[in-house]
Amino acid sequence: MRSTQFLTALGLTICTFPGIALADGHCAAGKTLEDGKLTIATGNPAYFPWVMDDAPESGQGFESAVAYAIAAEMGFEADNVVWVRSGFDESIQPGAKNFDFNMQQFSITEDREKVVDFSMPYYSSAMAVLTTQGVVDAGAEANLASLKSLKWGADANTTAVPLLMNLVAPDSDPLLYNDNTDVTAAIQAGQIDAALFDLPTALYLSAVVVENGTLLGQFPADRSENPDQFGALMEEGSPLKACVDEAITVLSESGALQQIEASWLSETTGVPVIK
Amino acid sequence: MTTPSSGLTRRQEYERRQRRRSLVIAGSSTALIILAIVLLVPLAPGWERVQNSFFNAEVFAKSFPKLLSAFLVDVAIFAWSAPLIAILGLAIALARDVRNPVLYPLRLFGMVYTDVFRGVPVVLVVYLIGFGIPGLGLPRPWNSPYIWGTVALVLTYSAYVAEIFRSGIESVHASQRSAALSLGLSSSDSMRFVVLPQAIRRVIPAQMNMLIALQKDVALLSFIGPVEIFRQAGVFKSLLANFTPYVVAALIFLVITVPTTRLADHLISKQNRARS
Amino acid sequence: MKLRLDQIKKTLGNRLVLDGISLDVSQGEMICLIGASGSGKSTLLRCINLLEPLDDGAIWLDGHDIATPGLDPQPVRQKIGIVFQSYNLFPHMTALENVLLAPRRITKKSRADLMPHVGELFERFGLSQHMDQYPDQLSGGQQQRVAIVRALAMKPEIMLFDEITSALDPELVGEVLEVLKALKREGMTMILATHEMTFARDVGNRVCFLDRGRILEQGPPEQVFNTPKEPRTRDFLARVLNRG
Repeated sequence: MRSTQFLTALGLTICTFPGIALADGHCAAGKTLEDGKLTIATGNPAYFPWVMDDAPESGQGFESAVAYAIAAEMGFEADNVVWVRSGFDESIQPGAKNFDFNMQQFSITEDREKVVDFSMPYYSSAMAVLTTQGVVDAGAEANLASLKSLKWGADANTTAVPLLMNLVAPDSDPLLYNDNTDVTAAIQAGQIDAALFDLPTALYLSAVVVENGTLLGQFPADRSENPDQFGALMEEGSPLKACVDEAITVLSESGALQQIEASWLSETTGVPVIK
Repeated sequence: MTTPSSGLTRRQEYERRQRRRSLVIAGSSTALIILAIVLLVPLAPGWERVQNSFFNAEVFAKSFPKLLSAFLVDVAIFAWSAPLIAILGLAIALARDVRNPVLYPLRLFGMVYTDVFRGVPVVLVVYLIGFGIPGLGLPRPWNSPYIWGTVALVLTYSAYVAEIFRSGIESVHASQRSAALSLGLSSSDSMRFVVLPQAIRRVIPAQMNMLIALQKDVALLSFIGPVEIFRQAGVFKSLLANFTPYVVAALIFLVITVPTTRLADHLISKQNRARS
Repeated sequence: MKLRLDQIKKTLGNRLVLDGISLDVSQGEMICLIGASGSGKSTLLRCINLLEPLDDGAIWLDGHDIATPGLDPQPVRQKIGIVFQSYNLFPHMTALENVLLAPRRITKKSRADLMPHVGELFERFGLSQHMDQYPDQLSGGQQQRVAIVRALAMKPEIMLFDEITSALDPELVGEVLEVLKALKREGMTMILATHEMTFARDVGNRVCFLDRGRILEQGPPEQVFNTPKEPRTRDFLARVLNRG
């Protein structure tokens, strides 16, 4: 109770403060960390193809481009977009945040919604099975029975873990890692046969990172009960959520979001669908 | 000795009063501080959110059973690592004590070994060996992260354990060795039957501290795949966006480490008393 | 001749501790080394037991030079026992284990085979009740007697004693000296470094006065004690005997 009052009071103080840089009456006016600026967080490092060359300021890469599009829709010039780096843990910890919203392929889940706010989804991803040619040569196939018998790995900090258990339910316990790099190291070392990633990440890893990497197949986005959807993460009760949702809705309805997707995320139709 | 049958000597009476007095003071000051924490911390504006994030009863109940079973992985890794560390550590310590010039390379190896492995953070060794050696192309199951993660732990901890053994060996007075040699015992027999038993006994408390550190460091194997308690807690954290699973993991650890820490402290103070 | 020391020299650090010691020891003889602290008595005994390598000189035992550099000292040490001032019992073993360790390891005999001899030694030196006690449960005198038994268990031909009563409380000295007398009666060849002048005079066959790493004067006890030739010997004896 007390903290709610505190927050309300804080909100009122901020709201009554006159907006300077933004046009009067704009949705985001007075609601950002720093007036007239929009602070957006990404990962450290930020990965291809979401952010190119770990340089979100460039606007290159899917999430970087979407971020600038949302900012523009909210009335922020590109110059007024500030980038910070923030991990998942910092994003869910209680207390003040150092960003207005955080974009790094955060999957929207019911449990997470209890602690933080998510925007509307800006991308729905299929999940894909990353493996090596050697495993395929040894007889791995794109069907569930074959997948179950593989030794699996995943990034422990992602929803790939429950999806793996739901979609595949492997015979042996999966091995879990801190980040993509460690998962690929384990594939390379032959400690795991396959790993589950969102499709764009999997495509990038198989093409660039993993030697002899290949995609065994994909689970289409509508396959599971809860499709893997990415949303911008905000502080619980963020006054900015409505503005961000509005911007994404506009971008989605105008087809701008699809265009950004087409220019940054690879063609995914070539990957066989797992039955 | 002249205690009257009715009660205590004057001195004992006095000391008993003093003891009671300090107990009362210690008790009331502790209670006061706990009371202050319990009353004041929830007054902080962010308390509700912190409580929800770190001390969430629902998350606690949900994650506890799986965390407990993941803890068995830590216990298992610990159980097979500790004896290997003891054996290798002792071997390295003895290698550093070798005086025969033919075996000088062994001595040099012992020296370089302890310097290198004490100088590198454990987690780096776990990464390098856990991913690096299997990456050379070992077939399964020989590339298991359990095997190479254990190797990394054993290599690192043996370096520390070896140094402790060595300090123990050096703490046994030279006259013990002389006495053994003067009886006609070989130098290896002197080491084995006279010096080592005394040395090992002396360093048990110090080695207990290594055991406690090892109990915690087995969690580092999670970096290379095994889903032990910290990894499992991380998964829960990620899925539930809540840190309570880490608190649960810490509590489970404490249940094991606090008694061993107390035991180690007890052994150390017992040894200090015996020496004085 | 049982044992013959020939021009032994030994340097410790920069200090010349033994400066050409020569000494002949006959079978069954008890030789008492006397002299101030630092005169080289202890070092000489440690050299004879090969705990300290010689810089120069030779030690002849039954016609062999046991101080030949590179020679395995182990068999020699089995023939020459030594007992130290500070007992040096192994604290983690009982009295019996202390005594049995070397014979069991070296002769590879079983405990049962060794027990008649060892049990008799314990019996002879009044230690039968203390076999299963640890050193810290024994008095200084008892510990030193166990140390003697430990050395005797290897059936040595020569025994060296390095000020074995110096660390003892005065009332315990007697029981240890009794042991030495008993050994002498049995014909053991012995070299003692000692401050017990009365004992040296009454029991010793020969007394050697060590000074600055040399044997300055030697002879039968009555001669050295009553009519010392060297002024330094007279000084030393005056000091120690006056002290009581």
